[in-house]
Amino acid sequence: MPELMCESPLASIVDVPETATVVSCVQETPDIFTLELKLSSPADEKFVYAPGQFNMLSLYGVGEVPISIVSDPEDELIAHTIRSVGRVTNGLKQLKVGDQLGLRGPFGRGWPINASMNKDVVIVTGGLGCAPVVSVIHYIIRRKSDFGRLIIFQGVKHAADLIWKTQYETWAAIPGVDVRVAASESSNASWPWYSGHVTNMISDFDYDQENSVAMMCGPEPMMLAAIHALKDKNLYDENIFLSMERNMQCALGHCGHCQLGSKFICQLGPVFSYSEIRDLLGKRGL
Amino acid sequence: MIRKRLKKSDFPRLITALQENGYEVIGPQVDSGAIVYKPLSDVSQLPEGYSDDQKAGHYRLKKNKSNRWFAWANAAQSIKPFAFVPTEVLWSSSKISTPEASGETIQFQKKEPDVVPQAILGVRSCDLAALAIQDAHFLQQSYIDSYYQARREKLLLIAVNCTHPSKSCFCHSTGDGPSATTGFDILLDELDSAFVIQAGSGKGDSIVSLLPLEELEQDDLLQVDRQNKVAEETQTKKLPNADVRLLLKENSDSEFWDDIAKRCLACGNCTSVCPSCFCYSEHEQPELDGNKSTHIREWDSCFNQSHSYIHGIVVRSETKHRYRQWLTHKFSGWFDQFGKSGCVGCGRCTTWCPVGIDVVDAVKNICEMENA
Repeated sequence: MPELMCESPLASIVDVPETATVVSCVQETPDIFTLELKLSSPADEKFVYAPGQFNMLSLYGVGEVPISIVSDPEDELIAHTIRSVGRVTNGLKQLKVGDQLGLRGPFGRGWPINASMNKDVVIVTGGLGCAPVVSVIHYIIRRKSDFGRLIIFQGVKHAADLIWKTQYETWAAIPGVDVRVAASESSNASWPWYSGHVTNMISDFDYDQENSVAMMCGPEPMMLAAIHALKDKNLYDENIFLSMERNMQCALGHCGHCQLGSKFICQLGPVFSYSEIRDLLGKRGL
Repeated sequence: MIRKRLKKSDFPRLITALQENGYEVIGPQVDSGAIVYKPLSDVSQLPEGYSDDQKAGHYRLKKNKSNRWFAWANAAQSIKPFAFVPTEVLWSSSKISTPEASGETIQFQKKEPDVVPQAILGVRSCDLAALAIQDAHFLQQSYIDSYYQARREKLLLIAVNCTHPSKSCFCHSTGDGPSATTGFDILLDELDSAFVIQAGSGKGDSIVSLLPLEELEQDDLLQVDRQNKVAEETQTKKLPNADVRLLLKENSDSEFWDDIAKRCLACGNCTSVCPSCFCYSEHEQPELDGNKSTHIREWDSCFNQSHSYIHGIVVRSETKHRYRQWLTHKFSGWFDQFGKSGCVGCGRCTTWCPVGIDVVDAVKNICEMENA
């Protein structure tokens, strides 16, 4: 099985952040927000990225965090959807239009987008606003005729957690796009989607073994369950891709924090094929 | 390389030659009961007649009647801090108020490291091997670490072959010593009244050519070979003759990790003295007036809880996870990353472990458990 090539343009902003200005901020939920940024010139012109890559965002006087890019590489602005959990992300949440911050990137290896052209793409994601796959969904929908079927499995814990609800409905209405949403701990009457684990729905479809690529991100147990279900449907290990997470401080493959086994996630990932990291998944404390 | 003889009485000329060529000379000296590398201006500062008694959880200097300057195993800290400094300012950011426009702008500026050429005297083979690993990590991947590079390029390394390995040492078993074969600018073998000297690089040769050298005496090389051979044979500590790289990975669920975690304090002493460990963390240091902030990196340790912190979760939450990470990375993961073990057999992690965990025993235990 040939390896599918992932896109990974090297960072144009490496050592020291460039200034970026907040053009818009949208509060998606009480703790999730999206910032649209404009890099100052000439860094802006040189900034080339692929879906699935990430940037280091630097909040003045507080610190840097790795954040996935959700915008389309052809967009004028660089967008990040962020969940506020720590000191830096809580601070980023306070930013207003016109405020400035630092940006380094783009880092890491993105999704195998070009290699997935004319193939069916299966997206599995759990949790809230899972940015790495949102970028790839947008990318494919914008260029739908270049791809085969798009099947999106989105899992949330509670019905109220589903952000961008209307967006899922819009996607579902596009020919060749199937959307399945599941809430694992919710079953009120008004919930129009599935109640239960998102991975239970994977077996509802048939997949073209030779022409299907799966891309997923979310909690590891969910991804493992999804992999299990996809393999039952005969998908190749090499065609299942995961976006992984670890602590990252330098994003240059030097600081040592992002190691998963012997892999520096900031360089060789965050996107890996299942065949590359099969032995490293589901192990506590690795 | 041609080997010549430098009389001990002419040794100060080496220091002078280095100084006259713009180098700050760094050399081993006794400080607070340990041998450490620090600025040196005179041969009288060298640790004449000192030996180091090292074993698991134990380090003591002993004075004897020998007139040798380099008759000890290795310094408490390796030469790593001269290229990969413990604390480095990476950049600063400034907040500039623009009254005419609305709000403030933020500007980022790289901090170029202040570097002076340094010549390190008395470098050990194990530390040269570790520096080569650091070079591979910081200079030979997708991104070059410009801070490390600036310092590394200005180093001149004067190795002295190790004749007195300690009980913690096992560099012969890792293939990294006790005699140096590569990575030095100048190499010395210490004899009682002279040094055998050879250049290992053009930079080294330009210094060696300034010295009053003599032809070797008849049995100089015999003596060198003999003492280097003895150094090899003194090392009884050896890594197990097994596929450590594979066994550590295969045994990731072994009970051994629980056993060692009962003793390990997760203090990070081992990573602090390890010459190949490269982890660092980054943080901001804002000034009190709020107009400027510096972005700093500092050595970090995979034994720290914060090392694997991610959005509210500590991935390696238990000590056994962290010890497993360190040992497996060092003796196995490094092969995947750099084609070589990350351990050079210097034995410092064993010596400086406050509870005396012996790294070779740890590796043996895990490998033998598999064989049992």
